[in-house]
Amino acid sequence: MPLAQTWSVALVGLEGHLVEVEADIAQGLPKTTLIGLPDASLNEARDRVRAAVVNSGERFPDRKVTIGLSPATLPKTGSHYDVAIACALLAAAGVLETGSLRQSAMIGELGLDGRVREVRGALAMTLAASRSGFARIVVPELNAGEARLVPGIDVYGVRSLRQVLAMLRGTEIPDEAPPRAEPRLLSESLTRVPEVDLEDVLGQREGRRAIEAAAAGGHHLFLHGPPGSGKTMLAERLAGLMPDLSTDDSLEVSAVHSLAGLLTNDAQLVVRPPFIAPHHTASLSSLVGGGSGMPRPGAISCAHRGILFIDEAPEMHPLTLDTLRQPLESGYVEVHRSAAVAKFPARFMLVLAANPCPCGLSGTTQGICTCTPQVLARYRQRISGPIKDRLDIQRQILPAARSITDGETPESTAVVAERVRAARDRQLFRYRETGWILNSEVPGPVLRRDYPLDAASQRMLEDLYAAGRITARGFDRVVRVAWTLADLQGIDRPTRELTHQAFQLRTGEPLTDLSDSRPLKGTAA
Amino acid sequence: MRTKNAVGQYGEDLACRYLAAEGFAILERNWRCELGEIDIVAREGDTLVVCEVKTRRGLNYGSPLESITYRKLTTLRKLAGRWLQTHQLKPAAIRIDILAVLFDHNTPPSVDHVRGAA
Repeated sequence: MPLAQTWSVALVGLEGHLVEVEADIAQGLPKTTLIGLPDASLNEARDRVRAAVVNSGERFPDRKVTIGLSPATLPKTGSHYDVAIACALLAAAGVLETGSLRQSAMIGELGLDGRVREVRGALAMTLAASRSGFARIVVPELNAGEARLVPGIDVYGVRSLRQVLAMLRGTEIPDEAPPRAEPRLLSESLTRVPEVDLEDVLGQREGRRAIEAAAAGGHHLFLHGPPGSGKTMLAERLAGLMPDLSTDDSLEVSAVHSLAGLLTNDAQLVVRPPFIAPHHTASLSSLVGGGSGMPRPGAISCAHRGILFIDEAPEMHPLTLDTLRQPLESGYVEVHRSAAVAKFPARFMLVLAANPCPCGLSGTTQGICTCTPQVLARYRQRISGPIKDRLDIQRQILPAARSITDGETPESTAVVAERVRAARDRQLFRYRETGWILNSEVPGPVLRRDYPLDAASQRMLEDLYAAGRITARGFDRVVRVAWTLADLQGIDRPTRELTHQAFQLRTGEPLTDLSDSRPLKGTAA
Repeated sequence: MRTKNAVGQYGEDLACRYLAAEGFAILERNWRCELGEIDIVAREGDTLVVCEVKTRRGLNYGSPLESITYRKLTTLRKLAGRWLQTHQLKPAAIRIDILAVLFDHNTPPSVDHVRGAA
């Protein structure tokens, strides 16, 4: 049989495309050609496969071998086609049955000694194979954990080409030394959700209220205050307040992480909302995704359904920060590169933290701010208006010295998380027929039409709008936060009190009761 | 005679027997000119076949077929042209075949025939 086929998967972003791997052995002097737009790492597959086949005790055909990857117009990248290429080739050479090959998809990189190495994105590839109706897939043993998370497909984890061949021939599968996992130090530190409890935060009544509301409604959050006041501490505890991911979200987040190489080798599904904290020097493409040729997910996609925390946000390049605007609205990001256009999910909760000024003392009692007005103005402009406008909740975090004496025993994460869960359940129920999950996701027009505030609250906000204290977008955002506060209290509709609080949360004013608040401009009579 | 020449000679004999069994008519062996040497010139039907025989005693240095380089093929083409010129022949088709002869100590020798190598 001079011709044989099997299947593998190409990833464009998170989307998997089935790739037919064909091998043809023709008359001619020994030469191996690989066609179907391979990139450099894939072109090297010829030499890897050759060595692996020989070192697995098989004979590499002494003929003109053509390996075709189709669809031929889709640019292919990566080393995970090796196993499929080796099998198609050996089937074409007549040493393997072709029947079983046509029903399997195969992924895995080959070592020169014939061992099968792990690859990135195995989860998304398995998902694609399963959706295309494949009953089984061969994956490297180290990726078998994540691949098995996909329902409805038999996953065969293999350690070597010898094992693959034995499996296809139905002979006894030889034992091999277990694969050595590559060190994953970097990834672990990237996705690790800090093991911290809200109990440890003393005082900070307003800060706690802010992160509770943010977690409940999925609102973007801005924390500002002098150094050491506890902004980072609060932000790190935010992830703990959020409930586990739903099954669908969990699969989607795991697929992104698999592609980004963040999944650990024991490969459990990602069930906790990810907490991603890129440094403020992060480049544009590391944030939104990119890379040469084939696009890869960036930090915002890794933070999908979780938290993107940017500490010292004004230190970040304003242009970089501004690229978040579009994904903040749409919940996904489209990355265009020469080889492909990839669409990655990016529905994350943005948490920004900032000092009040470069010296950090403005507005505190700890010292006198030495920044000139120009310096202050420039510093505040670093976070652009459009970004600020999208932050539903803005809170000043005061140093603990001033707020530590609240006299309350701090609530633990478990207690607050339970309230958050109840509030999210209420939202899920309210929006059950619409497809939205959180208050922050409901579009403005729908919000105004289907979930209006009571007359008193509405009038208050209209007055504030007329007085120029909130923008039109801000109007809707206050309404969303008001709904979240109502959900947290378990009441059916935001009261005027809660709407007022939502307004204060949004504008960053200190929280006061409506009764003893300063008279609001524009709300007279 | 040096060993390697003897091996080559034996390989060519083997290749000739193989070709004859395949129905080729052997026209000439070891034809030389200043460009080099053609191992076997044969005829298969209307086609003139210029054959290069490569013999090896093991696979330690790769298969015999792998040792045929682009340069060797180019030489063979030129030789084919020169042979036709010398003999004033105009066959319907011309082909260059490679015969790889492999003999190990413990297995019977094998002939691997690649038709139309260039």
